[in-house]
Amino acid sequence: MNAYAGTTVRVDLSRGRITKESIDLRLARAFVGGRGLGTKIIYDEINPKVDPLASANKLILAAGPLTGTSAPSGSRWMAITKGALTSAVACSNAGGDFGPELKYAGYDMIIVEGVAKHPAMLVIDDDSVELCSAHKLWGRNVHATEDLLHEQLGRDFKCVSIGPAGERLVRFASIMNDKNRAAGRSGVGAVMGSKKLKAIAVRGSGGVTVADPKRFRAVCLDALKKLEGTEGLRLYGTASLVNVINERGVLPTRNFQSGQFEGAEAISGEAIAERILIRNRACFGCPIACGRVTAVKNGKYAGSGEGPEYESIWALGADVGIDDLAAATKANYICNELGMDPITAGATVACAMELYEKGAITEKQAGCKLSFGNADALVDLMTKIGYRRGFGNVLAEGAARVARKFGKPELFMGVKKQEFPAYDARGAVGMGLQYATSNRGACHVRGYMVARELLDGEQKMNPFTTRGKAAATIAVQDLTAALDSSGICLFTTFAIGAPELLAMLTAATGFDYDLDEMLRAGERIWNLERLFNQRAGLSRKDDTLPKRLLAEPMPAGPAKGKTVPLGKMLPEYYRLRGWDAEGRPTRTKLASLGL
Amino acid sequence: MARVLTIDPAKCNSCRLCELACSQGHANAYRPSRSHVRVAIYPDDAVYFPVVCMQCDDAPCVVVCPSAALVRHSGTNAVLVVEERCVGCRMCALACPFGAISYWDGKARKCDLCGGKPECVRFCPPGALRFESEERSTEPTRMVFANRLRDALKEVSTS
Repeated sequence: MNAYAGTTVRVDLSRGRITKESIDLRLARAFVGGRGLGTKIIYDEINPKVDPLASANKLILAAGPLTGTSAPSGSRWMAITKGALTSAVACSNAGGDFGPELKYAGYDMIIVEGVAKHPAMLVIDDDSVELCSAHKLWGRNVHATEDLLHEQLGRDFKCVSIGPAGERLVRFASIMNDKNRAAGRSGVGAVMGSKKLKAIAVRGSGGVTVADPKRFRAVCLDALKKLEGTEGLRLYGTASLVNVINERGVLPTRNFQSGQFEGAEAISGEAIAERILIRNRACFGCPIACGRVTAVKNGKYAGSGEGPEYESIWALGADVGIDDLAAATKANYICNELGMDPITAGATVACAMELYEKGAITEKQAGCKLSFGNADALVDLMTKIGYRRGFGNVLAEGAARVARKFGKPELFMGVKKQEFPAYDARGAVGMGLQYATSNRGACHVRGYMVARELLDGEQKMNPFTTRGKAAATIAVQDLTAALDSSGICLFTTFAIGAPELLAMLTAATGFDYDLDEMLRAGERIWNLERLFNQRAGLSRKDDTLPKRLLAEPMPAGPAKGKTVPLGKMLPEYYRLRGWDAEGRPTRTKLASLGL
Repeated sequence: MARVLTIDPAKCNSCRLCELACSQGHANAYRPSRSHVRVAIYPDDAVYFPVVCMQCDDAPCVVVCPSAALVRHSGTNAVLVVEERCVGCRMCALACPFGAISYWDGKARKCDLCGGKPECVRFCPPGALRFESEERSTEPTRMVFANRLRDALKEVSTS
C-alpha cells in the first residue's frame, strides 16, 4: 500500500481491548485521510448529541497520507472528536515527530473509545500495541510526563500526552506532543482526560512508500524551492505578524475593544528574536522551521520552553493589555506544561478582565484586581486554571460560559463557544464570514482569509467589502480541509497551493485525482462536518458573530468605523455552498458529494 | 577534485528531511530507521546535528572487517560495503566512532555518497549538509570559532 500505513488501531478503554482494522481505500480516496477520514468515522460511529465528556464520545488521532513522507512539512497529525469546549465537531492539528512515527509503526489512525477504570497509557512499538497503567504519570505536567516516558521506554519513543488541565477536564485542554507541539483548540485534551488516557508513546521502524517515487521526489523538490520564500517565518516565527496586523488596525486589543495595541512592538516577532530566542526549531520534515526555542533568563517570569507563537503572544499580550514579553512568555510556557490552549486561556482572561472593569466580576470573586494589563494576575491565573484552583476553576470553562455566568454573554468574543484568534474581522470582513461559518467555532486555520484580505499578494482583496468574499471563503475552506487531511502543514500555503498539493497527493497515493476531485474531497469533508454539527443541534443561529463585531464600529485606526456586514454575506455563502436558507446542506448537494 | 560531505551543526534546524531523502534512495521508502544519516536532537538544549559517515581516510571499519567487505571507491572516495563479501558480523559498526554504520537484512549498511550526488544534501533546506571540496570542508568549524571571537570583541568594545 502506498502513502497510507494501511492499519487502524482501535482501543476500547472500558474493556481493555485492542483491535486492528484495515483501512478502506475507497473511503481514503473520498476523504483523503487525517481530518477527513477521522470525521467520517466519528460521524458514522458516535451520536452527535452525546456529551463530549461522556464515555460514548470517541477520540481519534490520525495522520494523513503525506505524513512521514518528504512532502514539505509533512509532520501533521490530527485529533478528531466532539469538542469539550464547543460541543461541535472538533479537529485539532499538530506537528512535531509523533504523526510520522505513528505511520512508521504501521498505523494511520488510533480510535480511542470508552473510559479506562484507572489512568492508562498506550504503548505502541511496531506490531506491539499495549495498554499499561499510567498511575506514575497521572498528575505530572506534560514535560515531566514525557521525560519519564523517555526514561522508562527509551528516548526514541514519540509521545502525546495531556497535562493536569486535561486530567481536570479544563474545557480548552490540549493534547501535547513532543513536549511543545499542541493539538490545541476546542478541548480535545479534555476528551482525552475524560477517558483517563494520559499518554500514547509510539516507536516505529517501518517506512512509508509512495506510488511514483521519481515524480514524488521531483514535486517535493519543486515545493521546497518555492518555500525558500518563507525566510521571515524562520527568522521571526509566526509572531512576525504582530506588527503587520497591528498596522492594519485589526490586532484585537483588550477583548476586542480596539484594533491597535500601543504595546505591540514589545511583543512582536522581532522583540522575541532579540530578547528571548535561543534558536529556531523545525517540526519533522519542515523547511520553514518557524518553531521558537526560547528562554526568559532572569526575573520573576524566568523559564524556558518553546514559543510564544503569534496567536499565543496576542492572547496573552494584546488581548489582555499586557506588553510585558517575559510575562506573556511565562504564561505561554505554563499553557504548554499544563496542556491547555493559550488562545482560549488568554481570551478567557481577557473576557474576565472586561467583566471586572465593567463591574460584573468583583475583586473578591476574582481573588485579585483583574484589570487589563495586570501581568502578575495573568501568570497566576494560568496555573490556577490548569489545576482548576480558586477563580481558575471558573475560567477553566472558557469565555462563553464565563460571560454568561456573570450576566454579560455579549462580552464573549467568539463563535460556537470557541474564542476568536488574533484578527478583528471588522477590518477583514471575509475573515468574519469564515469565523461565523467555521465548523469548529471561531478559528483562523479553517479558512485563512487573512492571506487574501490583509497580506500582500497577487490575489489581494479589499478587506472592507463583501464582494466575492463568500466564494473566496468557500474556496479556501475546502482547500484547507483537503490540505489538513493530507498531513502537510497549512503554513506551506504561504508558498504553494492546490496544484502542488495535487501533484504530491497523486504521486504519493497513486490515486488519479484531478484538481476538481481533490477540491471536492475538501468540500465533502466540510459538508460532513456541517452535518455532524446539524445533528448535534447547531443551526443557522450559531453562524453568527458577537454584537461587538456586527454593530459596534471599530473605534480607531485603518478600520475605523467598520463593522462586519455578515447579513450581506451569509445568504450568498449558503447559496454558493448549495445549502438551503437555514444553512442545511440540500439533498442534491449531499448526493453530488456522495454523502 | 575530491569532495567531502560536511556538517554545519549551527545551521541544522532538526527537520530530518535528510533522513527521508537518504532512506528513499537506499531503502525505497521514507523510513528514518534505515537512513544512513540520522539527526541527533536534544530538544531541551536546542542542539541538533546530523550524524553521518565521515569516510575516514584511515577508516576503522575497513581495518576491522574480517572479510574485506569494505572498500574505498576511487572516484567518490566513499567507503562502500561489498554485499557479497559482507558476513554480517557487525564489527564495522562496533569500530565506527560515529556510529554511522547500520545493519539490516543481514548486511552492514552505510553512506555511499549516492555515487557522488548525495540526496541528503539536495534535501537540506538550511544547508547544514554540504558536499564540498576538501579545502572548504573545515570552513564551518573555523567560522564557529571566528564568530565567537567576533562576539567577544564586540562585547569588549561596547562595554
